[in-house]
Amino acid sequence: MDWQGQKLSEQLMQIMLLAFAVGAFATGYVIGSFQMMMLIYAGGVVLTTLITVPNWPFYNRHQLNWLDPSEAEKHPKPQVQQHISSSSKKKSSKK
Amino acid sequence: MHSFGYRANALLTFAVTILAVMCAMASLSDNFNSPTPSAQVQVLNINWFQKHQDGNDEVSLALNVSANLQSLFTWNTKQVFVFLAIEYETPMNSLNQISLWDGIIPAKEHAKFWIQTSNKYQFVDQGSNLRGKDFNLTLHWHVMPKTGKMFADKIVMSGYRLPQEYR
Repeated sequence: MDWQGQKLSEQLMQIMLLAFAVGAFATGYVIGSFQMMMLIYAGGVVLTTLITVPNWPFYNRHQLNWLDPSEAEKHPKPQVQQHISSSSKKKSSKK
Repeated sequence: MHSFGYRANALLTFAVTILAVMCAMASLSDNFNSPTPSAQVQVLNINWFQKHQDGNDEVSLALNVSANLQSLFTWNTKQVFVFLAIEYETPMNSLNQISLWDGIIPAKEHAKFWIQTSNKYQFVDQGSNLRGKDFNLTLHWHVMPKTGKMFADKIVMSGYRLPQEYR
């Protein structure tokens, strides 16, 4: 999931849950059925889970544009100068 | 929101938080209900009225209890517990309160009822003060909600008197 997708899925999750909660409460209160409120909300949670939790393709429409590897080869990283001291040896050995 | 587990966790946490808010609102909505219950109790007969060996009076009553508690029920009501208590004053206790009959009303359809019964629980005084005693019959109820706050109230019916003599 890309960055835009993560934002979208979080917003979708919050908006959908709130909308189902409001709808479930209103329906339950009007028809006087606590059970109906719970059923509608449970259904809403399941639906929201199916939509926002799996990594669906539409969350991956804004791929990061990494530079082509050939571009990196053309502009090599600046190398750290070699020193004789032991501390710098450690650093250079990491690379 | 970068991984499956993170998204599932966030969704569950938010869903349960909203659920708690919904339940709190359901409990608060009970305050909009202003019930108008009614009850009548008749003492049909004194089955017996005697003094025990240990000096305590015991009475057995035949009662006719009728009540309409339908207005107590809201969409958030699980059940109503109702009990009929006899209440009187003696020199020893400013309030004697004895449960004579009780019942659980599971649904609104059963909340309008009448029942003819002798007292379900023993009515024994603490001492021998019952001859010619004035008493109240009080119908108490506790409304048990599906979520949230429990309500309790009562209807006091006065003007009853026990006979002067044992029988």
